[in-house]
Amino acid sequence: MTGQDFWALSPEISLAAVALLVITVDLMTRNIGRVVAVAFIGLSLPLLFTLNLWYGWFGDPATGAALFDTFEADRFSLFFKFLMITVTAGTLLASNHYVTSDKVKAYGGEFVSLLLLSVTGMMLLVSATELITIYVSLELTALPVVALAAIHRTRRSVEAGIKFFVLSAISSAVLLYGFVYIFGFTGSTHLDVITQRLAELPSEAGVPFGSYAVLAAVVMIVAGFGFKMAVVPWQMWVPDVYQGAPTPVAAFLSVASKGAAFAVVLRIMYTAFGDSALMQDWSGLFAILAAVSMTAGNLLALSQTSITRLLGYSTIAQAGYILVGVASVPANQVGASFAGSGPQGAMYYLAGYAFTNLAVFFAITAITSRTGDDSIEGLNGLLKRSPLLAGLLIFGILSLLGMPPTVGFMAKVVVFGAALNANLAWLAVLGVVNTVVAAYYYLRVVRAIVFEDPADDSKISADVPAITATGLAAIGAGVFGIAPFLLLEFAESALSIV
Amino acid sequence: MFDGILTITIFLPAVVALLTTLLVRGDKSDQYIRWISIGATVVTFILTAMVFFGYDRDASGIQMVDYFERWIPIDALRSSYVVGVDGLSAPLVLLTGILGMAAAFASWRIQHRVREYFLWLLLLQSAVLGVFTSLDLLLFFIFFEFELIPMYMLIAIWGSGRPRYSAMKFVLFTLAGGAFMLVAILALFVTPEVNTLAMVSIPELGIVGIPEIIAGADLVIPAALIFTFFFIAFAVKLPTFPVHSWLPDAHTDAPTAVSVMLAGVLLKMAGYGLLRINVGFFQETRGFTIHDVAGAMAVVAAISVVYGGIITVRQTDMKRLIAYSSVSHMGFVMLGVAAIGSSPADTSAGGLNGAALQMFTHGTITGLAFLMVGLSYDRTHTRHIPHLGGLWKKMPLIAIFFLIAGFGSLGLPALSGFVAEIMVFLGTFSVWPWATGVAAFGVVLAAGYTLWMVQRVFFGERPANPGLADDVYDGLTDASWVDMIPVIALAAPIFIVGIWPSVVTDVFDLGIQAVLR
Repeated sequence: MTGQDFWALSPEISLAAVALLVITVDLMTRNIGRVVAVAFIGLSLPLLFTLNLWYGWFGDPATGAALFDTFEADRFSLFFKFLMITVTAGTLLASNHYVTSDKVKAYGGEFVSLLLLSVTGMMLLVSATELITIYVSLELTALPVVALAAIHRTRRSVEAGIKFFVLSAISSAVLLYGFVYIFGFTGSTHLDVITQRLAELPSEAGVPFGSYAVLAAVVMIVAGFGFKMAVVPWQMWVPDVYQGAPTPVAAFLSVASKGAAFAVVLRIMYTAFGDSALMQDWSGLFAILAAVSMTAGNLLALSQTSITRLLGYSTIAQAGYILVGVASVPANQVGASFAGSGPQGAMYYLAGYAFTNLAVFFAITAITSRTGDDSIEGLNGLLKRSPLLAGLLIFGILSLLGMPPTVGFMAKVVVFGAALNANLAWLAVLGVVNTVVAAYYYLRVVRAIVFEDPADDSKISADVPAITATGLAAIGAGVFGIAPFLLLEFAESALSIV
Repeated sequence: MFDGILTITIFLPAVVALLTTLLVRGDKSDQYIRWISIGATVVTFILTAMVFFGYDRDASGIQMVDYFERWIPIDALRSSYVVGVDGLSAPLVLLTGILGMAAAFASWRIQHRVREYFLWLLLLQSAVLGVFTSLDLLLFFIFFEFELIPMYMLIAIWGSGRPRYSAMKFVLFTLAGGAFMLVAILALFVTPEVNTLAMVSIPELGIVGIPEIIAGADLVIPAALIFTFFFIAFAVKLPTFPVHSWLPDAHTDAPTAVSVMLAGVLLKMAGYGLLRINVGFFQETRGFTIHDVAGAMAVVAAISVVYGGIITVRQTDMKRLIAYSSVSHMGFVMLGVAAIGSSPADTSAGGLNGAALQMFTHGTITGLAFLMVGLSYDRTHTRHIPHLGGLWKKMPLIAIFFLIAGFGSLGLPALSGFVAEIMVFLGTFSVWPWATGVAAFGVVLAAGYTLWMVQRVFFGERPANPGLADDVYDGLTDASWVDMIPVIALAAPIFIVGIWPSVVTDVFDLGIQAVLR
């Protein structure tokens, strides 16, 4: 390793160090509050290094490839790293009450350090430019989450952990199988070499990707990541795990894990299969996935009675909307002036969705951890019991629904605009029809909060860190909706891989 | 360029509402909130009057523009904050000012969750003002959709009957229509030759609007489809047969002031959209123009007018009766829009002017009618027509103004409804004689159901059984002076426009001429 490698890896190295420090502090003090504080303050280190790599505060940051071309700290990855650190900080704040509660008190330190290790994996994942590195990072991302999901050690929690573990292993196997095909076909695991070799290979006319072997490989890779992105038909685990796992873990999964998967899919597709002829082939694949995901997610959500399961299906539908952005490739575009609007839309959507979904999940965490009731009726009359949390929750839900002027609305506009521009008008139409279907179940939650009479009139008062985290997430969802240029310009400059 | 008056007018109600909700505390806070909110709508009314009368009729064009270009400055979605008024929107801005004030006064007696009520009512007014003044399609859409949430809350919390069902129905209908509109907006924007969201041209700012450039464009999806998407959104909102079924439910279950806003200004957003977008954009598009479907629009309009009228006659609930009459009356707006004719040579500007004026007059007349139903219901606690009768003796003021609303609605000369309907008929008859002839039957129906209702409710004898109990009947009182403020505010324009129509039509005409180019 050279000095430059260390420079490029500085956010990940510092984050892993913080994770280890957390375990040490936990062993020494057994004081969970202190552990969380150490982790929270420790996060400023990777944040600082990430910002440094973007802006180059301490001299010119390492650009280009590192670690024998397997890793690249480009702006695309930094965008996601920045997002993930923010999400982690929010999750820590919001789970402060949870980790100090009796349920997990004995494992509080492990909870925090596992969370940080998983984020380290995600940050490596978004920077990885080589198939083996991608695979290893992905495992580092998933394994801590298995333990996190099962951390309650109740029947349901363990079931969630096992389910996640088994399906994660299967999806990894499928993914690896796809990688093997690619390696066998091109003789390389480096994304940029793969794209050159694919162009040189003879291609059969009329066959997608020029060969059935590559087609099979792409389908398997997409299937493997489809599990992480939580899109139909690899969504079965989502509602079970969201319901069984601790809600902060579900929040983390629904945002960070999903974001990392989308980032790596964008990178693989745009570098290894970035040829404009290939783009059109996989665009169709993602368009179908997007259509199925939004529709199935929304339809299944309609009849849910548990709020966490409902949110689980809602994240599946949201993943479908993000896929619309992934499917809207520049190769299909009508004019030249919109280069990158599809991926840019997906990135904007992911970031906006992160804030929105965190606000919703954090509010739900704060409420259900006190009422112990995760049915939608459990939210009845919340407006009377806790006006502030109710207001923030309603705001988040309206953003998920896509009501102006929230970020959820703007993100949908950008993504559907990209789809129309990429000749996917049918997908855009299906998308807006889906938002109307979704309105029904989202408004059902709003209705419970605002109109129904509570079963129990007692006030719900959440702890200050949780309220702060929820409030900041909701403010993010509002600000980036009213002033979309703040995020969009950021995403535009991050899109160096396209 | 930042004139400021429109931005202040749009956001004043919303800002005041948010501040009072957050800041006003204490035992008497409900009373303070009432006063502050009503004060805000009065100031907004004065501002809208300044906008309307400050509109320079000699200069015409787009005026009082506020422009912030870098709102969404990326290529993927270049949208700017741009608001302004022209002849088409200035009278509607004034209408919103009048009705917003009337609705706030009419909410004086709201006791339940006062703080939230006025928050939503004022946010609603801001949203509607935003719709009429936005000159950027995305901004227009945002205001158009934003109105849903206040409306949903207002109907669902303070409504009667089956409020939650009606509120949800309203939201889903409108949201479905809006979703189509969003696709249409994006499709226009991503067309390389268009690639703008400007709804009109503003030469001083170098903004070239869609109407000017759409003629030569190869749209990414067929023009007929884009037109249809916009049309669906506005047809639902207008509402027109067969997508009108949300309206009677929403109206009947909404509280009085909200019905006034709904009938008075929210439906007008659809008529405005039809004129500004469907007529404004699609006169010279390739492969398809509005002229191709003007005949079909005339037929739909005639069906709406007559079908709405026939259904209205059968109603026994006063509020539902007026709600259905709105379907019939808004059909005249669609009929006037159809006067665009099957070719540019056929176009009758008079019909379009009539459509615009019908929006203004229906806003005040139906607003007044809902207000009077509300006042009557507050006292009798029933809207069931067969249970009422002989109220004239007990509440003469309410009866008189109810009669005025009724006369306006059936088109009595010297009231504004007459002017609007005659303009629509004269304008459209030369273009679509058959459809207009059929629609004219709607006026006969209107005379029937309006007079019959007034006769049954206010005149004649009290029905013996089951009617109002004697003690209730004896205890009935007439409208108080607080009740009369919004009544006068709505009745005045009916007379003024009826006697001196050009005060509004001259301005509308400037807007229609600009839309027709």
